[in-house]
Amino acid sequence: MAVRTYLQAITDALREEMRRDDSVFVMGEDVGAFGGAFKVTDGLLEEFGAARVRDTPIAEAGIIGTAVGAAIAGLRPVCEMQFADFVACGFDQVVNVAGKMHYRLGLAVPMTIRLPSGGGFSGGPFHSQNPEAWFMHAPGLKVLAPSTAEDAKGLLIAAIRDPNPVVFLEHKHLYRRVKGEVPDAPYVTDMRARVARAGDDLTVIAYGAMVPAALEAVEGIDASIEVLDLRSLVPLDEEAILESVRKTSKVVVVDEANRTCAAGAEVAALIAERAFEDLDAPVRRVATPDIPIPFSPPLEQRVLPGPASIQEAVRELLAY
Amino acid sequence: MAATAEHPSAQGSDPLLTDADRESLLRHMLLMRSVEERGLKLYKQGKIPGSFYDGRGQEAISVGATFALGAGDPVSSPLIRDLGAHLVKGTDLADVFRHYMGRANPISRGREGNVHFGDRRRGVVGMVSMLPDMMVVANGLALAFQLRGEQRCALSFFGDGATSRGDWHEAMNWAAVDRLPVIHVLENNQLAYSTPQSRQFAVPPIERAATYGVAAQTVDGNDVEAVFTAVAQARIRALAGEGPTLIEAVTMRMHGHGAHDDMRYVAQAELEAWAEHDPIAIQSARLEGIVDLAALQADVDAQIDAAVAAALDTPMADPSDVLDGVFCTGAPEPIGRGLAPWSGFAETA
Repeated sequence: MAVRTYLQAITDALREEMRRDDSVFVMGEDVGAFGGAFKVTDGLLEEFGAARVRDTPIAEAGIIGTAVGAAIAGLRPVCEMQFADFVACGFDQVVNVAGKMHYRLGLAVPMTIRLPSGGGFSGGPFHSQNPEAWFMHAPGLKVLAPSTAEDAKGLLIAAIRDPNPVVFLEHKHLYRRVKGEVPDAPYVTDMRARVARAGDDLTVIAYGAMVPAALEAVEGIDASIEVLDLRSLVPLDEEAILESVRKTSKVVVVDEANRTCAAGAEVAALIAERAFEDLDAPVRRVATPDIPIPFSPPLEQRVLPGPASIQEAVRELLAY
Repeated sequence: MAATAEHPSAQGSDPLLTDADRESLLRHMLLMRSVEERGLKLYKQGKIPGSFYDGRGQEAISVGATFALGAGDPVSSPLIRDLGAHLVKGTDLADVFRHYMGRANPISRGREGNVHFGDRRRGVVGMVSMLPDMMVVANGLALAFQLRGEQRCALSFFGDGATSRGDWHEAMNWAAVDRLPVIHVLENNQLAYSTPQSRQFAVPPIERAATYGVAAQTVDGNDVEAVFTAVAQARIRALAGEGPTLIEAVTMRMHGHGAHDDMRYVAQAELEAWAEHDPIAIQSARLEGIVDLAALQADVDAQIDAAVAAALDTPMADPSDVLDGVFCTGAPEPIGRGLAPWSGFAETA
């Protein structure tokens, strides 16, 4: 065990899987000598060479479609989008080519698309998005969003070893702020939810950067609060969600993504459909309003959920 | 690269082709046309749902190009005018009809229709409707072969209309940057649905290819031996590490975009002129006196009859498993190897 940042844990996962399996390779914009815009692939070029650590043209559809071809030829490509926002340029290749291939033709597409996502640092409308719901809505894709260093490593290894296309959301705000004990050897984390904090009075359901925000928010509240870290959005751990709701009967669902049709909307719908009788209060949602993420710090801070807005929602719901 | 004029085979006398090869080329074109003629009838009888798309007049391209590929060279992907690629790779004829009709079959299991299919076990990746997406995927296959140091290449087909989209640009640019062992075959059939090329691009794709650094040449797309020769040469270049090739095969779409399209936007005289340059007639004339053409057609017809009968005898796809297969739950099985009927591969097969 060693203390690693969220970012280092992701790098460790890539390095260890590349050492273990010759078919794993990484590609993306500036991932080689530069080590990636966030330095996630730093040092990989030196160890594995330019054939397996590939700088690509600025062509997101090209990166994703090329990975599809390499995957069906038997390799395990890991693509980096420089920012999650840019995956929109390759959307068609993700949802129409990669996601539908196995259902249509029985051809497996074992590939991982890494998406550095999220806001909170004045990235503006094109460097701050949380596009996970786009991919939850498209059949055939798994969607993962770790919140801890340990899960970042274990879930990325799980993604690389999965026989399907996996969209892996790594939150930029967590890269260097979150750290923790991480096992040295490679390991796989289940695509299931995790109880980040156990409690009996109310459940906060979150994923990615909203998990540490929720943990901070409930610190000091005089009630027993559970925080459920979804970790995986597809597959969605429905049983873990329902089990927590049955226990606490009050739920706050948090998304950093825009509110409409977000992951939290799916969670709220699930609870309404299958745990209505267990609720003591309406499900409360905390999410970014349906606007592009603004640049100026006071504007961005106004719209992004954080400990303060989560705490407010929790207090109101506790008083219901 | 070597221009067609430097290679006598472009005129239809490739010394690499034996008479048996030339007959096989004709047989596959006849099969393609016969499957599609029968398919059109079945569609009109209501036995094929959706619409029906064929490649009448374009048989030489998919047949000739795929005939030049080795068993381990995948096609990604045959488009809706390219049934011949499936047939050369060895796709079961009855499965083709089962697939068209939405019946139980091992290739698409009723989840896909018309020519949106590919037998992965035989090295064919099925197309998607968003042309030129699969050119990028072909690049990825080629990248895998290059990375592993394998003597293989990938081939994709695309139409003139596909060159307007961004994925075409990304595929062409990247193929040249990485000198990928990939062959992109442009089926220039004059029309993108109803839109003529004057509304599609200002610079012909073949000229654009050169500016990307992709070797390019134009061949008569209705001459199956010329198409074969061009692809065989491109394959040699690809395996030698000399990079990608774009081959423009010039042809004419003789039917509407689909069975629902009466093609009123094309002058009858133009179709009549192209009908005089029919790919099957050209190859048949070459084999006059060498092959019993009537017997060949009768044999093809018998194969089609048997395949249709087998397909009609197969139950419709079973809706009880419609939710299955969205995700792969076992070990992924990479794209397989198809047939390679050209005699030039006999020694290495």
